[in-house]
Amino acid sequence: MTFRILLAVCLASLSLAAHAAFDIDDLMKNLAQQKGGKARFVETRTVALLDKPVQSSGEMSFTPPSRLEKRTLSPRPDTVILDGDYVSFERMDGRRMTLNVASRPEAQAFVESVRSTLAGDRAALERHFRLALSGTPAEWSLQLTPLAPAVTALLQRITVQGKGQQVRRIEYLQADGDRSELSIEPITGP
Amino acid sequence: MKAAVFKLVLWAMAMLAGLAVLTQTRFVADMSFFLPSSPTAEQRLLVDQMKDGSVSRLLMVAIEGGSDDQRAQASRDLRQALTASDLYASVQNGELDGLSAERDFLLRFRYHLSPRVAPGRFEVAGLRDAVANAIDLVSSPMGQLFKPYVLRDPTAELVEVLTGMQAGGEPPTRHGVWSSPDGERALLLAQTRAGGADTDGQAQAIAAVQDAFARLQAQPALSGLRLVLSGPGMFAVQARATVRDAIERISLISGIGIGLLLLVICRSPRMLALGMLPVVSGAIVAAAVVALAYGSIHGITLGFGAALIGEGVDYAIYYFVQAGRVGVQGWRERFWPTIRLGVLTSAAGFSVLMLAGFPGLAQLGLYAVTGVVVAAVVTRHVLPVLAGERLQVPPPGALARTTQGWLSQAAVLRWPLVVAALVALGYLAFQGPRLWSTNLSALSTVSAEEAQADARLRADIGAPDARYLVLLSGADREAVLQAAEQTGQRLDALVAQGLIGGYDSPARFLPSERTQAARLAALPPREVLAPALAQALVDAPLSATRLGGFLDDVQAARQAGPLTRADLDGTAMAMAVDALMNRTLDGRWNAVLPLRPPHGAAEAEVPVERLAQALAGTGAVLVDLKGEFEGIYASYLDQAMGLSLGGVLAVIALLAFTLRSLRRLARVVTPLLLAVALVAATMHATGTPLHLMHLVGLLLIVAIGSNYALFFDQVQEEGGLTPDLWLSMSVAVLTTVIGFGALAVSHVPVLRAMGVTVAPGVLLTLLLSAAFMPPPRGGQTA
Repeated sequence: MTFRILLAVCLASLSLAAHAAFDIDDLMKNLAQQKGGKARFVETRTVALLDKPVQSSGEMSFTPPSRLEKRTLSPRPDTVILDGDYVSFERMDGRRMTLNVASRPEAQAFVESVRSTLAGDRAALERHFRLALSGTPAEWSLQLTPLAPAVTALLQRITVQGKGQQVRRIEYLQADGDRSELSIEPITGP
Repeated sequence: MKAAVFKLVLWAMAMLAGLAVLTQTRFVADMSFFLPSSPTAEQRLLVDQMKDGSVSRLLMVAIEGGSDDQRAQASRDLRQALTASDLYASVQNGELDGLSAERDFLLRFRYHLSPRVAPGRFEVAGLRDAVANAIDLVSSPMGQLFKPYVLRDPTAELVEVLTGMQAGGEPPTRHGVWSSPDGERALLLAQTRAGGADTDGQAQAIAAVQDAFARLQAQPALSGLRLVLSGPGMFAVQARATVRDAIERISLISGIGIGLLLLVICRSPRMLALGMLPVVSGAIVAAAVVALAYGSIHGITLGFGAALIGEGVDYAIYYFVQAGRVGVQGWRERFWPTIRLGVLTSAAGFSVLMLAGFPGLAQLGLYAVTGVVVAAVVTRHVLPVLAGERLQVPPPGALARTTQGWLSQAAVLRWPLVVAALVALGYLAFQGPRLWSTNLSALSTVSAEEAQADARLRADIGAPDARYLVLLSGADREAVLQAAEQTGQRLDALVAQGLIGGYDSPARFLPSERTQAARLAALPPREVLAPALAQALVDAPLSATRLGGFLDDVQAARQAGPLTRADLDGTAMAMAVDALMNRTLDGRWNAVLPLRPPHGAAEAEVPVERLAQALAGTGAVLVDLKGEFEGIYASYLDQAMGLSLGGVLAVIALLAFTLRSLRRLARVVTPLLLAVALVAATMHATGTPLHLMHLVGLLLIVAIGSNYALFFDQVQEEGGLTPDLWLSMSVAVLTTVIGFGALAVSHVPVLRAMGVTVAPGVLLTLLLSAAFMPPPRGGQTA
C-alpha cells in the first residue's frame, strides 16, 4: 500500500515533471515541424453592435514559413492572404487591396499572432506579446497578451489552443469585449 | 584734347549707367539657365511643374543615429515645430492624428466622395450586399476603427473613400512614425508653401528645419541624432551656394593670378590698375547688358565672366608692352589692326551663341561679346588717355628670352603634332555621334552621391518621383476635373493589369460636379430608402431600426450642395488638389496626374507606349519627364552643333576676308582646328564624356585662340618676333589660361567643362601656331 502510494506520488511527480518540462520552446519546436497544409475553419464573431453572432466558414492553408491563405466560402466568398509583410484582401467582386502590415503595429500584431504561432517562431511572437502556456503537449493552450499600447487599445488577448502540432482554435478578445473564435479542423490526406 | 575729354566722359557715364543697372539686378542660380526660352505648349507645362508643381515643393527629411525611441521622439517634435511654422503646407511623418482632422470631413462628404455610390447601391439588393460587407469589416479584428461609424454608415462609404484615396506606398511605421524599411532612419515628408523656383523661399523653409532640429539636439538625449535633407528645393539651394562659391573662387584665382602676373611684368601698381581697367569696364557693361536683356543675371554667366577676365586683360597687356616700345601712334598703326581682327573673330565666335534656344548659352554669348568688345574699345580709346605716354614696362626678363628660344625650336614638333592631330581626327571620325553624351545629369551641380541618396530617400518614403505624368487641360475647373475622372477610369484598368502601380488625381479629393451630382442622385428619398433598408436587413445581424442616423445622413446629403474647393480648406486634401491642378495665366485649367511605377519595376519605368495607347483620344498627354528633358537637351546639343559650326565658319570667313590670302588663312586656321581635334579626342579618350558645354568650349578655343594665331601670322609677315611682342603674347596666353584654368577647378559642371576645354586648348593653339609658323627672332623693334 505504502509502496503503491509511493509509486503514485512518484508517477504524479513524474508527470508533473513532464508537464513542467513542456515549455514554450517545446511547443514552438513542435509547431515548427508542421509542414503546413490545409484545414477547414468556422469563424464565429460576437459583436455587441450586432444583434446576433456572425458565422462564416471556409478553408485555410499554411505554407511555412510565412504564407497563410484564408479562403472564406460561406456566406460570402473572400480571400485574405498573408505573405511576409503583406496582407492582400480579395473580394468576390474581384477587387484587391494589399496592405503592408509593417506600417501598422496593430495590424502586425494580429498577423504575427497567427503566422508566428503556426511557424513556431517564438522570437517573433515575443516581440509583440507576453506568452503564457498551459496544458500538455497533447492538448495545450497558449495565451498571447499584447505588449504595445497601440495594440492593447484594440486587443485584450489572443488564446491559441491546439493538439500536438495542430492549432485547433484561435480566439481574439478585443478591447471592447467583442470576440472572434476560429475553430480549425485539419484536412488530412491530399 | 577735346576728343580725349569726350571719350573719358562717355566712358564714365557708361560705367555709372552700368553700375546703376547692376544695383537693381537680381542674381539667380536656378534651373532657368537650362529651361527652354521659347518652350512648346507641352514644355511649358513641364517648366511650370519644375518651377511650381507639387513635386518641386517636396522636402524629404530623414533622422539618423540614436535609438528607435529617440528618432521617433525627434520626428514628432520636428513635425510639431514645422506644422506650427507657416512655411510648410503639410508635414507628414505617419502619426495617426495626421488624418484625424480629415476624418470628420470625409465622414461628412462621404456620399459626395465615395466611388461606390451609384444607382442600385441603395436599393434592396445593393443595400444587402453593402451592409453585409460592412458587417464583415466591423466584425473582423481590424474593424474596430470603423465600429463607431457603422450605425450612421452601414454601407461603409467612409472605408470606400479612404481606400480610394490611398495612393499606396506609405513607409513602414516604428514607434508610431514613418521609418525606413531597415528601421535605421525616421522619415518625414514636407511640402513647402514656396514654389520650387523660389530659391529664397526654399532656403528659408530648409533653414527652419535645420533650426528646429538644432533646438532638438540641444536636449542631451537627442544630441546624437543627425538630420538628412533632400529634394528639389534642397538641390536648388545647394546649387545656388555652389555657384556663388564657384564665382568667388574663380574671381579670386583669376584675379590674384592675373594681377600677380601683371605686377611681375609691369612692376608697377599704377600699371596694374590701368591694366585691369578695360576688363573691369567690360565686365560692368556686359553684366548690365545681360541684366537689361534677361531681367536678371545667372550665376553661371558671372562665373564665366570671371574667367573671361583672362582674355579681356590681353588688350591692355598688348597696349602696355607694345605701345611702350613703339609709342601710342605706332601701336595704333602696327598692332591695333591685328588686335582688332582678333576681337572681331572672338566676337564672331561668341555671338553665334546668342542665337541658341538654350537660354543659358544665349546669356553667355551676349555677356562674352559685350565684355570683349567693350574691353577692346576701352583699351583703344580710353586707356591711352588715362595712361598717357608713361608706360614703364621693364624689358623682357630671362624667362621670356629662354622661352622665346624654345619657341624657335617649335618647328621640330610640327610633324609629331601633325601625326597626333591626324590620329585624333581619325579617332573623332571613328567615334562619330558616340562622342556626345546625352546624359543630362552631366550639367547638374547635383553629384552622383547626392542623386543616389535622394533616390534612396525617395524610395523609402514612397514619394512620387514624377518622372511620368499625365497632363490634362480644360477650359475651367469642372472641365479639367471631368477629364481627370475619364482618364482615371482608363488608368484604373492599367493599374488592374499591373502596368502601373497607381496614380494621383485631384478628382479623388474633389470630384467634378457632374460626378457628385450623379452620386447624390443615386441616393433615394427617405420614404423609399427606409422600406428598402428594412427589407434588405430582414435576416441580417444588424437591425434596420437602429439605423435612423443613416437615414438622416442620406437625407442630409441629398439636400447638400456639391462639395467645392472651399470646403477642403484646412484639410490636407486642399493642398493635394492645389498641387495637382492649377489655373494658367490665360485662364485655362491644367491638371497633373503623377503615375507610380509598378512595384519592383526595374529603373522605376513604365511601358510608355502601352500607356500612350490606352490614353489615346482622351486629350490627355503622357509625359516622361526624364525623356522630355533628355529630348530638350538633345535639341540643345543639335542646335549647339550647328551654331558652333556656324561660329567657326564665321571666324574663318572673317579671317579670309581680312587676310585675303589662302596661304595665310590656312596657317592661321590649321592650328586652331588641330587644337580643337586634339582636345576633343584626348578628353573623350581619357574618359570624359563630352557634353554641350565641352562643345561650347571647343568653339571658344577657336574664338579666343584665333587672337594668338593671328600674331604669329603677323610675325611671319613682318619677318621677326621681337622679345617685346613675345612677352606680350605669352603673358596674354597665360592670363587666358589662368582665367579658364580657374573654371576648370570649379565644382559647377557647366563651368568646369568650359575650363577643362579652353585652358589646354589655348595653350595647344600657341604651341601649334609656333610649330606651323616658327617665328624667326626679330630685330629690336624691326
